[in-house]
Amino acid sequence: MPSLDCRLGIDVGGTNTDAVILDSADRVLAKAKVACTPDITGGITEAIDTVLRAPGADPRRITHVMLGTTHATNAVLERRMLRRVAVIRVGAPATLAVRPMFGWPNDLASAVCVAATIVDGGIEFDGRDLVPFDGDAVARFLGEVGGAADGVAITSVFAPVSPRHELLAAEIVKRELGEVHVSLSHEIGSVGLLERENATILNAALVGVAGDVASAMEAALAAHELRPVTFFAQNDGTLMALDHALRYPVLTIGSGPANSIRGAAFLTGTADSLVADVGGTSTDVGVLANGFPRESSQGVEIGGIRTNFRMPDLVTIALGGGTVVAGDPAAPVIGPQSVGFRLRNEALVFGGQTPTLTDSAVASGRASLGDPGLIGRHRSLLQSAARRADEMLADAIDRVKTAKGDRALIAVGGGSILVPDDLPGISEVIRPEHFDAANAVGAAIASVSGQVDRIFHPGADGRKAALAEASDEAVQNAIAAGADPAAVQIVEIEEIPLAYLTTPAVRIRVKAAGALGGLHERHSQPAPAGS
Amino acid sequence: MARLLDPDSLRALARGCAILGAGGGGDTRIGLLEALQATEDYGPVTLVGLDELADDELIMPCGMIGAPTVHIEKIENGSEGIRLRQHLEDVTGYKVAALMSAEIGGSNGLNPIVWAARIGLPVVDADGMGRAFPLVPQVSMHLAGINPNPCVMTDERGNVIVFRTISGDWTERLARAAAVEFGGAAASTEYTLTVAQAREATVLGTVSLAIRIGLAVSTAQRSPVAELIAEVGAFRLVTGKISDVERRTTKGFVRGSVVIEGIGEDSGRLLRLELQNENLVALEQGRVAASVPDLISVLDSETAEAIATERVRYGQRVTVIAMPCDPVWRTDRGLQAAGPRAFGYDFDYVPVEELASAVT
Repeated sequence: MPSLDCRLGIDVGGTNTDAVILDSADRVLAKAKVACTPDITGGITEAIDTVLRAPGADPRRITHVMLGTTHATNAVLERRMLRRVAVIRVGAPATLAVRPMFGWPNDLASAVCVAATIVDGGIEFDGRDLVPFDGDAVARFLGEVGGAADGVAITSVFAPVSPRHELLAAEIVKRELGEVHVSLSHEIGSVGLLERENATILNAALVGVAGDVASAMEAALAAHELRPVTFFAQNDGTLMALDHALRYPVLTIGSGPANSIRGAAFLTGTADSLVADVGGTSTDVGVLANGFPRESSQGVEIGGIRTNFRMPDLVTIALGGGTVVAGDPAAPVIGPQSVGFRLRNEALVFGGQTPTLTDSAVASGRASLGDPGLIGRHRSLLQSAARRADEMLADAIDRVKTAKGDRALIAVGGGSILVPDDLPGISEVIRPEHFDAANAVGAAIASVSGQVDRIFHPGADGRKAALAEASDEAVQNAIAAGADPAAVQIVEIEEIPLAYLTTPAVRIRVKAAGALGGLHERHSQPAPAGS
Repeated sequence: MARLLDPDSLRALARGCAILGAGGGGDTRIGLLEALQATEDYGPVTLVGLDELADDELIMPCGMIGAPTVHIEKIENGSEGIRLRQHLEDVTGYKVAALMSAEIGGSNGLNPIVWAARIGLPVVDADGMGRAFPLVPQVSMHLAGINPNPCVMTDERGNVIVFRTISGDWTERLARAAAVEFGGAAASTEYTLTVAQAREATVLGTVSLAIRIGLAVSTAQRSPVAELIAEVGAFRLVTGKISDVERRTTKGFVRGSVVIEGIGEDSGRLLRLELQNENLVALEQGRVAASVPDLISVLDSETAEAIATERVRYGQRVTVIAMPCDPVWRTDRGLQAAGPRAFGYDFDYVPVEELASAVT
């Protein structure tokens, strides 16, 4: 009987789907890269099949699978497979000045929303009731429209201060509609009613999509007689258990870049550095701080809809291995088009007709791929394009930096052969082994996080007690999401005092993270429950 | 010159108000959504000049008082302004002819439009500050000796208080306390005045100025920051990166400082901003580069989007600009109300254009 000690990491990107197998010592045993398929699940299935057949892979040892995917984003962008949602806001008579989904693209609003209402209730910033909660209005609304809804999204004013009106509304949904999916805003987003409501509605709409991807993956694994414990990667580069991901699919929506940065950290053993992830179509430059991606202070837009999720703070440029080179040597034009996953047919060095940045890398001696003889008359254009691409990359690096002085850059991703060894502002370029699978490695290194983002009212013992309460809650959330209780640490604390108020109130955001619990036990362990 | 404010003008106005907020006044994004929804539901609002209104008609200065963080969670009902107007008319016995923003900087630059759409009255192309300030009596009407009474406040539930005070300072004190009881934010009107008075006692043309600023930024062919500076005659203090942020809250006001480290042509320079809800003072090598009541705004170097004091973060790429304030703030009374000493600094105000020319 083989030992049960391996993890399978899968990352679905814009161009390729990557898969790796790591053992319990975090060694990469096998990896695979396949082109994405339009339906995503085909690419996942193929990546699984390929990596399990790779030399070094022993499928029978796999106990856990971790998936980072763009399927949720694509579902929103393409309006595909979205569930129908009844939208309830608890906040009248406040908040009527901006109704739910105001400003959404019309086709997305009509694809997602069955009906929306704003009922009396909600919380004040200091925890009082805004007005009494109107449960009858919720029941009436559900009586009228509930039959057409696959799910219900509930958002109350100041739910981050107290979720009690959301919980009351959820009870009424259960009473009226039975076991229909309910998304509650306090479990999904932070302060900022409209962004949190948007995220909550999207979450309810995406519940089916997450289930489909999970089933497709399970089917692909079952074909190899594997039934590992399944995790999804989320926006901050940490994991959540499958049952958690099925309930909060929107939290997986930006996991790709975070996975690459986490993977770069892991492959190099570095906690603080710059990271350039060069793919087929674009390059993301981000910052690794304290082992995690530095997060943006701005909420992220998904398909034109503002949410208040924190995403990795990235500078993204249209520069990738498949990026098309045009113009002349004096003025090369780089992208933004890319041949994407058709690189192996279209690039010059592979016998194609389209000059790409991969050809530039070969022409300037940075990579030996395909047949350099096929570059021919394009040589000077390609060399000039490489210099121009270096300038674009240097500019992106400079924009993401937080301080003067040179820093190390970790180059990862299949297109990172484009990155030169010398770049302004960079002390050294680190090219880890398995650089081309850093994203899938990042998914598989198995860290789990918990977060708190709420308004606190520091009492007599003030700040300290509020911070302790928030930290404790974040740790509990991390453990609930599957982290090993012995390994959880606070990785980030942010305090933002509320301005223009005479009573002290402070918004506190704490993140805790730790290694996945029970990783090296036999896989009879239960899946960690979601909070 | 009366003009209808279409959605594009409202979007430009929101950008402009954020920049005129000088770091304070609250996020304009929700105010914009409210204005877009109100004008979609009730029809567009007319912007009028004071010369288009009769002398003895009433102008209602109005806005929200309280915490911007409350505002992004507890969005307004939309009918607050209807009650302000009704009670103001009941108490004074005069008809309100138009609404005016008490404060063009930040979210209060948009509130009167939301309410005017419902009421069916125009909005005046003027305000009480030409920027954002934290306190109720820091308005041009106060400097001109206009009585703050009667003050009317209301919330989204329909509670109304009408009160009279012996001074603008007492109005500030009572209104701030009431705003907390209302749940951290409330709608208010004070310093009501006639059209004839308003011609002397307000900062004129600021709504159209904010729209021009917004359009300069959104239609810029090359650098939005450069277009903005050209449009308003602003002074560029530094272009660089935020290299240090220190913030604390005392008595309900965010205080702190921000250091910007120059990059590119400003490489090697360090600019320090002192802030207290708004950006108050810019210092370079111990020398004042700009100060209140002139406007100091921190802009995203690429998009020229204003970055509020609450959202300034380490590592951001910013350009700091300073704009001359309205002359009313440069009078003795103006400096007493909102000059450097009013905010606890021990130096005399020097206009930004003089400070800038002293450098070059």
